[in-house]
Amino acid sequence: MTLEIATLLAQDALTNGAIYVLMALALVMVFAVTRVIFVPQGEFLAYGALSLSSLQAGRTPGIVWLLLGLGVLSFLFDAAAALRESRARGLLRSGLANLAVPALLAICAVWLAPRHPPFGFQLLLTILLVAPMGPMLYRVAYQPIADAPVLMLLIVSVAAQLTMSGLGLYFFGAEGSRTPAFGEGALTLGWLRMTAQSLWVYASTVVLVAALYAFFERSLYGKALRATASNRVGARLSGISTALAGKLCFLLAALMGVMSGLLIGPITTIYYDTGFLVGLKGFVGAIIGGLVSYPLAAAGALLVGMLESYASFYASAYKEVIVFTLIIPVLLWRSLALLTKEEE
Amino acid sequence: MKHRALQAAALALFSLAPLVVPDYWVTLLAYVGLYSLVVLGLCLLTGIAGQVSFGQAAFVGLGAYASAWACTALALSPWLGLLAGIAVTALFALILGAVTLRLSGHFLPLCTLAWGISLYYCFGNVGFLGGYTGLSGIPALTLFGHELKATRTYVYLIWGCVLGAVTLVTLLLDSRVGRAVRALTRGSQLLESFGENTMLLKLQTFLFAALLGSLSGWLYVHYQRFLNPTPFSLHMGIEYLFMAVVGGAGYVWGAVLGAASITLLQQVLQSWLPKLLGASGEFETIVFGVLIVFMLQRAPSGLWAWIAPGLSRLRPEPEVPSADALPARSRPQAGEPLLAVVGASRAFGGLMAVNKVSFELRAGEILGLIGPNGAGKTTTFNLITGLLAPSSGKVLFRGRAITGLAPRQVARLGIARTFQHVKLLPQMSVLDNVAIGASQRGEAGFLRCLLHLERGEEHRLRAEAARQIRRVGLAEEMFRPSGSLPLGKQRVVEVARALAADPLLLLLDEPAAGLRYAEKQALAETLRQLRGEGMSVLLVEHDMDFVMGLVDRLVVLDFGTKLAEGLPRDIQTHPLVLEAYLGGVR
Repeated sequence: MTLEIATLLAQDALTNGAIYVLMALALVMVFAVTRVIFVPQGEFLAYGALSLSSLQAGRTPGIVWLLLGLGVLSFLFDAAAALRESRARGLLRSGLANLAVPALLAICAVWLAPRHPPFGFQLLLTILLVAPMGPMLYRVAYQPIADAPVLMLLIVSVAAQLTMSGLGLYFFGAEGSRTPAFGEGALTLGWLRMTAQSLWVYASTVVLVAALYAFFERSLYGKALRATASNRVGARLSGISTALAGKLCFLLAALMGVMSGLLIGPITTIYYDTGFLVGLKGFVGAIIGGLVSYPLAAAGALLVGMLESYASFYASAYKEVIVFTLIIPVLLWRSLALLTKEEE
Repeated sequence: MKHRALQAAALALFSLAPLVVPDYWVTLLAYVGLYSLVVLGLCLLTGIAGQVSFGQAAFVGLGAYASAWACTALALSPWLGLLAGIAVTALFALILGAVTLRLSGHFLPLCTLAWGISLYYCFGNVGFLGGYTGLSGIPALTLFGHELKATRTYVYLIWGCVLGAVTLVTLLLDSRVGRAVRALTRGSQLLESFGENTMLLKLQTFLFAALLGSLSGWLYVHYQRFLNPTPFSLHMGIEYLFMAVVGGAGYVWGAVLGAASITLLQQVLQSWLPKLLGASGEFETIVFGVLIVFMLQRAPSGLWAWIAPGLSRLRPEPEVPSADALPARSRPQAGEPLLAVVGASRAFGGLMAVNKVSFELRAGEILGLIGPNGAGKTTTFNLITGLLAPSSGKVLFRGRAITGLAPRQVARLGIARTFQHVKLLPQMSVLDNVAIGASQRGEAGFLRCLLHLERGEEHRLRAEAARQIRRVGLAEEMFRPSGSLPLGKQRVVEVARALAADPLLLLLDEPAAGLRYAEKQALAETLRQLRGEGMSVLLVEHDMDFVMGLVDRLVVLDFGTKLAEGLPRDIQTHPLVLEAYLGGVR
């Protein structure tokens, strides 16, 4: 391997690693706040990239109908809960968030799609169409059993992933697509050449991570999420709604998912089932951090990117084998560290 | 009797079915059988032992590929291929299990996702396994010179294996090891406190489930006689788990029901959905996903939970077990020193939770360990049971140092405990719960329990459990699920469970917490009666009224140090104790 190839691979590793970092951070956050191991995280990535590509082609992304459907379901769940507890408070807000806003977005999408709006508009529209599905998914799949054991929530996650992936196949078809880059050209520093898109990926990841940090450190909602993460019962006693916290962190996770999709779309071809593997690689990163530490999860995700990139050079057929087998020595190390720790 | 007759009739009907139904249904039956084997192992592992796995399909693949390779590359007989499959699967399962089973709940399933993917890519990429195009020319099974090629005959072999496996798992669950496996869901602390090695137990269960998968893979490969990686993907691994959830992961027959319902549903969906949606593709996953979420929200126990109550009514009334007594430990003379805590300290970071505490307990007495909140009672308790190791000092039991021993080793020396937060298996009968206490007095391992070669011992264990239940006055409740009893009686069940271990010393962790007055009275009476029979008791308690009328001597802790020791009436007037409890007079 020459130095040139090595830097090329490192660059590749960093680009993919940045996406895995976003995945891993979202996974750690969702797990901390809701105890949900968020397997469908990657689906938001695929939905994002594929929706943008639909808009590029002048078509209305099929997931508009999914957004409407999930919205109606969420509202029905809220209405059923309201009926059970015979109170109407909050129903108006639920109607606005789950029915009116999605309807408005859908109309926008249907009207705008064939008119080829500017690229920035397309990006914004994609985010607005995909991200609200996060909290809706929480409402429909997780909130009814929010206090169930972690294992049960995990099975729900796997089921949700399967459903979302099947729907992705239905709405987007089996063909993959690539979306245009955010910017043309490249930056050349001696023999180091970086494409504009990979610079976008690095910059966006840094900005997103910084924004998340500021959100958790500075804002009241961020602090409420942290409180829920450290003690659910305590948070509830201090007036924090765990359901709201769940929805909020699912919104953030979906947002990070769709942004990742938009960022990676120009770099690799995205298929309806790409998200699952990308999400799982984020997982491997998150697990290296024990599913609790944000910096360790991010470092783990970068490590995964690195390993994958060099593995694809040396043994490309075994790329996935190597990445996913990495988890075994990591778990061994963690299990030895945990040997003396007892549950409960 | 009625139960047996019904079983025989169902079996007869079922065994005729492959002869008369059309080909399509026979093939379906074969697949349901193959899936049932895998799901059965998964039910044992997930629903009963509480360890979730998405990676069972990989074990099926290992069994299939090992045999296929042995039969094609080495031209061995498929029967030797079976052995090869078992060996390879066992090796993988032992390594993966040893690494992950130690971890808390959700790391195991995540790890299974990872190896599910990695083994699938291995099957597709390793050259000698045929890659994604697959291996062909795999020989059929031969039995007494007959080639088993026709589905109509092969289906009998498959279902013979299924029924055999169902029988084995049923037998296992009705045994010493089976009770322990079921108790795994309550966490390892309970079992370790009664002398069980939970890691070994988990590993054995995991291995057994993997081998059932491997068997299914072997049956599959010699039925299809062609092999590619697709049926062993993570996707299939997830589907196996869904079958278990839909059928009822906590029930042996839930596995068969789940495999059958998902397979049938898949057939229906595969023919209807593409027409409905106007596109082709594997859209049944959408329905499966929604179905699973719905089931987990509305019926987490699965379909078999609706059938099980009806069937249990057919079962004969249980009889109170009676058999010879189990051998008992030699008991110390009354007054002989039994337990000594010598200058034991334990620090958590900068906090001295227990600071140079010493006391002694003599055989035949009830010693109370009391103190206000945060006094270090629970830490002291944990130092004795081996849950924590002291930072300095030691604990002696019958003159032997037990510091540094694991809880299960301490338990096996004759120290049995109850828990502050009751740890019973609510669905299991009182008798089975108490029998868990007697578990360490049996010797039969996994294999003997699987084949029921330990019946003599099992009868003695259950008879011992029944004896202890009568001893504490719960004979009426022996066959009721323990979860249906009021808290006071559940505490007494815990005492009976501890007694079943034939302890020399009984440790009770806040037994009166949460009890009503009458329940406390009854518990105190039971403990007095036990002391009358020569039992030694260490009681960690909060409740003064309960303690004062009951114990022989008291040790008072405050802020981790021993404040006083003596007879109850002296302690009641001890100035330091009064200050600690009521606040000093300044």
